[in-house]
Amino acid sequence: MSRKVSSSHSVPFWRDVRVLRVIGQIAFLVIIATGIWWLLNNLRVNLRACGLKISFSFLRNTAGFPISEGLPYSPTDVNGYAFWVGIVNTIRISVIGIVLATIIGTVIGIARLSNNWLVKKLAGLYVEVVRNIPLLVQLFFWYFAVMLTALPMVKNSIKLPGPIYLTRRGVYLPWVAPTGSFGGWMWYIIIGLVLAIAVYVFRRAYLRRAERPGFPLIWAGLVLILVLGAGWFLTSGNPLALTIPVLKRFNFEGGLWLSTSFTSLLVGLSVYTGAFIAEIVRAGILAVSRGQTEAARAVGLKKAHVLRLVVLPQALRVIIPPLASQYLNLTKNSSLAILIGYYDLMNVGTTIFNQTGRAVEMILLIMASYLTMSLLTSLLMNYYNRRMKLVER
Amino acid sequence: MSILGGKGGESSSFWFIKSLCLWCLLKVHKEVALKKILVVAVLLMLVVSIGAMGQQTLATVLERGYVIVGVNAVLPGFGALDTATGEYAGFDVDYGRAIAAAVGVDVEFIPLTAGERLTALQTGQIDVLLRNTTWTLTRDSKDLGLDFCPTTFYDGQGFIVRKADDINSIGDMDGATVCVTSGTTTEGNLADAFRLHDLALTTQVFADTEASFGAYDVAGCDCYTSDKSQLASLRTTAAVPGDHIILPDTISKEPLGPLVRHGDNEWFDIVKWTVFATFFAEEYGITQANVATFESTNPEIRRFLGVEGGMGAKLGLAEDWAMNVVLAVGNYGEIYDRHLGPNGLDIPRAGSLNALWTQGGLIYCPAWR
Repeated sequence: MSRKVSSSHSVPFWRDVRVLRVIGQIAFLVIIATGIWWLLNNLRVNLRACGLKISFSFLRNTAGFPISEGLPYSPTDVNGYAFWVGIVNTIRISVIGIVLATIIGTVIGIARLSNNWLVKKLAGLYVEVVRNIPLLVQLFFWYFAVMLTALPMVKNSIKLPGPIYLTRRGVYLPWVAPTGSFGGWMWYIIIGLVLAIAVYVFRRAYLRRAERPGFPLIWAGLVLILVLGAGWFLTSGNPLALTIPVLKRFNFEGGLWLSTSFTSLLVGLSVYTGAFIAEIVRAGILAVSRGQTEAARAVGLKKAHVLRLVVLPQALRVIIPPLASQYLNLTKNSSLAILIGYYDLMNVGTTIFNQTGRAVEMILLIMASYLTMSLLTSLLMNYYNRRMKLVER
Repeated sequence: MSILGGKGGESSSFWFIKSLCLWCLLKVHKEVALKKILVVAVLLMLVVSIGAMGQQTLATVLERGYVIVGVNAVLPGFGALDTATGEYAGFDVDYGRAIAAAVGVDVEFIPLTAGERLTALQTGQIDVLLRNTTWTLTRDSKDLGLDFCPTTFYDGQGFIVRKADDINSIGDMDGATVCVTSGTTTEGNLADAFRLHDLALTTQVFADTEASFGAYDVAGCDCYTSDKSQLASLRTTAAVPGDHIILPDTISKEPLGPLVRHGDNEWFDIVKWTVFATFFAEEYGITQANVATFESTNPEIRRFLGVEGGMGAKLGLAEDWAMNVVLAVGNYGEIYDRHLGPNGLDIPRAGSLNALWTQGGLIYCPAWR
């Protein structure tokens, strides 16, 4: 007791580690704050010296330039909406790209661990080739060498069953378009979704109580299909109609058009990120000790079950954190779209800044958009990570 | 006042930031601190890009010993690297040399893309922009902090298409896919023209000319659109130049000329009158070959040559500055012929807006007094 009192008295505060720590933190904070203030002030002063003012009112002005992809848009819309079209296009390419890259990565990652010599080597070759060539070069390859050179002109397009047309202008697919009676049918979609979610929740709770494995998602899907089918039957006239691409003077019209830029960007990003994900998946599986596999085999689980029930759940814990950063990379790499002409937010954003001359404002907006998207992805992946984590007692 | 006042101030502030960041990196390894450093770095980039401003471009240029000119690097005829000499060559490039000759310093060319060019001038990376830039109200306004000097080339936007596609005018292009370079007035004009004619339009926008014209050249698009002079230049780079034609339609006014920063009137005047000097020389028959020995009793020409009148001092230049301009690059007609004439891009001059005013064009120099 007395020793403690004496020690706190004998050490002066400038030698007290606890006090020094606090002082250090405060000093650091002050330096950072001063630095930021100094830079911001400098920005303000210099902008004023050039006669430039930070203002976002240009977002309400008419855009006047064309965008040919994404949400319905016309050049008479305002800059702000044009930028939104760009953001949605970025989200579109990122979400589809993430799904594709994950599929490619999982398949290749597992293939690299295959006992089949050829499969193993081919997967290894894929990873090493794709991972070691810059993404930009690959995008140019897909765009200029594959899509724009190897594919035929519109007039002698490759026709696949469907009909799906492959041309230099992109891929044209048959697609469904809503008709006049779609509004009525939409109620069935809503009812179907609500019922499906309810079935999923109850079925899952039941399976958990009964301690049985099963697939509640299949039940929910069946319910949804049943309701939608009934709705289709009860609604007068078909709510959806098939549109088929037809060759006009210059291009195909009707159906779904995946532009050359979109297709090459999607393929480029998925193939590139897929290679990294493959390595992550492989590392995750290898991180599960062999004893686990052997034990699972010993209790008589089938090979597929060993992977699905024993190895993958444990591997996922290792896989998810680096996987999240690959998803972020894919989203950010999509900004290379501008070089192959896809209307992502970078492309539209720089067009707006060129048309209006608002460089600082647009760059801030572009940075804020990517930051928001990345942080949302991180949040989602962190949540998923927490759910998959080993529950420790 | 700005802390990043001049050159010296800028470099010393760099050192401060650099050492700060290094200190942070060495001292703290926590992720939070790294994020803060990132924020600082981002802001630093913003600030540094806005550095080195001011109203004294001439003084800066004289002190530096050379003038920095932003040019196009991929547009033969206007601005491109000459593969034979390794030097920049072209119509715009010659005007850069003319300005350097007027001031009596060297010149350095910086290649810029359409998207970079205005920012490069605004932020003081270059002293003058000579990259076939269209004079528009928005760009000339105080908002952007830029000023346009006299137009050196009157252009208009047109379309290049494949002969095989049988397109005779813009009206035949309903539903066509058009390749276009981003960062230009072209995108807006294109949208306007198709709206005006009520035609369906699909566009492909690229960041640089090589990619967008390249995509057109391999039939990624039905049509490429840009200023007609550029189309003439780009056609020479197509795989088979003879397969393409430029439509007669002209859908916009594209007056192209040098730009300087708004607010530096002294420098603005120098660039403006350098351009006029080339107009003047052509009007009075002064050429690169004869300017050194040109004799005249005409008072205006004597003032031009710096024999009398003190015109140089009024601009803050040497008295023989205009003579040096002509000596360096020749008069307007010579510059035009060298790059855009029959030996260059072969854009006909007679009868166009680019003819001298005495021949029905718009090339006109104000009074030299």
